[in-house]
Amino acid sequence: MTTTVNERPVAAAPIGAKVETPFRRFVSDFIESKLATGAFLVFLVIAFIALFAPWLAPSDPYDLAIVTVLDSHMPPLSESFDGRIFWLGTDGAGRDLLSAIMYGLRTSLGVGVMSGLIAMAIGSVVGLSAAYFGGRVDTLIMRIVDIQLSFPAILVALVLLAILGKGVDKILIALVTVQWAYYARTIRASALVERNKEYVEAATCLALGHRRILFRHMLPNCLPPLIVVVTVQTAHAISLEATLSFLGIGLPITEPSLGLLIANGFEYMLSLKYWISVYPGVALLITIVAINLVGDQLRDVLNPRLQR
Amino acid sequence: MTVFIIRRLLQSAVVVLVMSLLVFTGVNIVGDPVDMLINPEAEPAEIEQIKKNLGLDRPLHEQYGYFLANAAQGDLGKSFKFGEPALKLILQRMPATLELAVAALLLAIVFGIPLGVYAGLRPESPVSKTIMAGSILGFSLPTFWVGIMMIMIVAVMLGWLPSTGRGDTVPLFGIELSFLTLDGLRHLILPAINLALFKLSLVIRLSRAGTREAIHQDYVKFARAKGLKEGRVVLVHVLKNILIPVVTVLGLEFGGLIAFSVVTETVFAWPGMGKLIIDSIRELDRPVVVAYLMIVVLMFVVINLVVDIIYSLLDPRVRLQDVKS
Repeated sequence: MTTTVNERPVAAAPIGAKVETPFRRFVSDFIESKLATGAFLVFLVIAFIALFAPWLAPSDPYDLAIVTVLDSHMPPLSESFDGRIFWLGTDGAGRDLLSAIMYGLRTSLGVGVMSGLIAMAIGSVVGLSAAYFGGRVDTLIMRIVDIQLSFPAILVALVLLAILGKGVDKILIALVTVQWAYYARTIRASALVERNKEYVEAATCLALGHRRILFRHMLPNCLPPLIVVVTVQTAHAISLEATLSFLGIGLPITEPSLGLLIANGFEYMLSLKYWISVYPGVALLITIVAINLVGDQLRDVLNPRLQR
Repeated sequence: MTVFIIRRLLQSAVVVLVMSLLVFTGVNIVGDPVDMLINPEAEPAEIEQIKKNLGLDRPLHEQYGYFLANAAQGDLGKSFKFGEPALKLILQRMPATLELAVAALLLAIVFGIPLGVYAGLRPESPVSKTIMAGSILGFSLPTFWVGIMMIMIVAVMLGWLPSTGRGDTVPLFGIELSFLTLDGLRHLILPAINLALFKLSLVIRLSRAGTREAIHQDYVKFARAKGLKEGRVVLVHVLKNILIPVVTVLGLEFGGLIAFSVVTETVFAWPGMGKLIIDSIRELDRPVVVAYLMIVVLMFVVINLVVDIIYSLLDPRVRLQDVKS
C-alpha cells in the first residue's frame, strides 16, 4: 500500500533557523545587557583562575623553598634576587602577591560556592516540604526561618564561630547555617503557587510518591527564583567569609583566603605599603561585583512580572 | 491589641531561652567547659575548687538552671583577661557602639530617602542611574574593605581625618560621648560613613521602589488631578506612604548596625562592644563572649518586638490578621 507521506514533517523547523526553547529565550534575554554579559565573562575568568591556580600562578606562594624574607615588602613590578618579576609586589613574608591572590581566590570562591550549594540543597528540601505538607510542618519551619532571618548573618556566624573555633569545615557550617533560610523561604513561596497547579494534582491522582512529586515535578518548576538567590547568596557568602577571615575568626592561617591576605596587609597600610592589602581587595571586589551584576540581570530576566 | 502584644512577648521569651540554651550548650558540650571557663594557668586544686563553685560537677540541666538564674540577676561571669564582671565590661563599651550606630543610621536616613525618592521620580535620568549604580556598589562592597580604603585615602594619603579611636569625649548624663567635641566628631566621621554605606544603599533602594510604586497609585493621580503642587504631592502623598516600609526595615536594621559595628570597630579601632567581642574571641575570653552574645540577642529580640508593635499600630491589618489566626 502506498500512502503519500507528508513531505514536510510538521515538527521539523527550517534548516538553520533556531527553534525557540525556554533556554534560548533566556540566553537571548540575558545577553541583552552588555554589562551583565561582561560580568559573566569576568566571572568565568575568575572561576578559571581559581580552578587552575596551581598551574597558572607564577610561583607557589607557600613553597618555603622559593619564598624568602629577602623579597619581603617589594612594590609591584620589582624583581627578585633570582630574576623573577613580582607583578603585584610581595607581602611581609616575601611571597609573590599575584600568586597568593590566585590561591586565595581558590579558597574564597571554593568556600563560597560550596556553602551556597549545600545551603541550597538543605533549603530546597525544607522549603519544598513546608509548602507541600502545609499545616503544622509549614508553620514550624517558617517560624524558625523567620526567627533566624531576623538576626543578621554576621551575628549568626559570629555565634557559631565563637563556639566552634576556626577551620574550613567550621566556616562552611557557619555559612550554610546563615544561608539555608533564604533558600527555604524562596522555594517555599514558589512551591506554594506550584502546589495548586493541575500537573501536581495529576501526579497525585497517579498515586506517585511524595518524593517523586516533590523533586521530579515541583522542584524543576521552582528553579528560576532559586537561581537568582544562588548567585546573590554566593556573593554574600564570599563577602561574609572574607569579613570573618579579616576579623581573624574565620579561616585559619593555613588556608589563606582573600580576607586573610587583606588582613595581613592592613598592618602595612599605615606605612603606605598599600599593595599588600589593596590588590587582594580588588580581586575580592571584582569577584563579588561580577556575581552581583549577573544576579541582578538574572532577576530581571527570570522575573515573570517583567516578562516581555 | 493586648492579645497581639502578649503573643509577641511570649514568642520573644522563647527565642531568648532557645538562644541561651544554644550558647550554653555550645560552650559546655562542643568544648570542655573547664578549658573555656577556667583560667588555664590555675593550680589543679584551684581548678577543682572553681569547678565546684561553678557547679560543673552537677548534671547539665541543673547547670543550665544555674546559668539562667545567674544571668537573670545580671551575673554572666568574670572576664579572664580583665578580671572584671563580663556584663560590666560590655555595658562600659556599649555607649561607644550605640553612638556609632545612631550616627550611621542618621546618615543613612538623611541621605538615603531624598536620593531614593529622586531616583524613583526620574528613573531614566543619568543622576538616578548613578545613584542606583552606587547603591549596587554599596551592597556588594564588603564593609571592612571600604573601611580600609577610607583609612588609606582619607587618613593616610590625604591626612584629613584620624583613623583610629574615639578622640576626646565629654560626659553627658554620665555617659561618655564623642560627637560633642570637635575632635570626637572628627574621629566619628569615617567609621560612621563606613557603617552607614550598606544601610544607605538599602534605604535608597527601598525609597526608590516605594516611590515608583506610589506614583502610579490612584491617590497620587487624584492628588495631581486636584492640581496640587508637585512638591506637595511628593512630600505628603508619596513620602508618607513609602515611610512605613522604610521605618520598619530601618528599625529592624538598627540591630544589624550593632552587629555590623563589629567589623567597623575592628577596622577603625573604635573602642565599642564589637571590638571587645572580637578581641575576646581571639583571646578565648569565653565569659565575655557568652555575655556579649546574650546581650546582643536580647537587644535584637527587644528591637524586633518594638518594631512589630509599632508596625501593628501603623498598619491595623497586621494585628488583626495575627489575632484571627
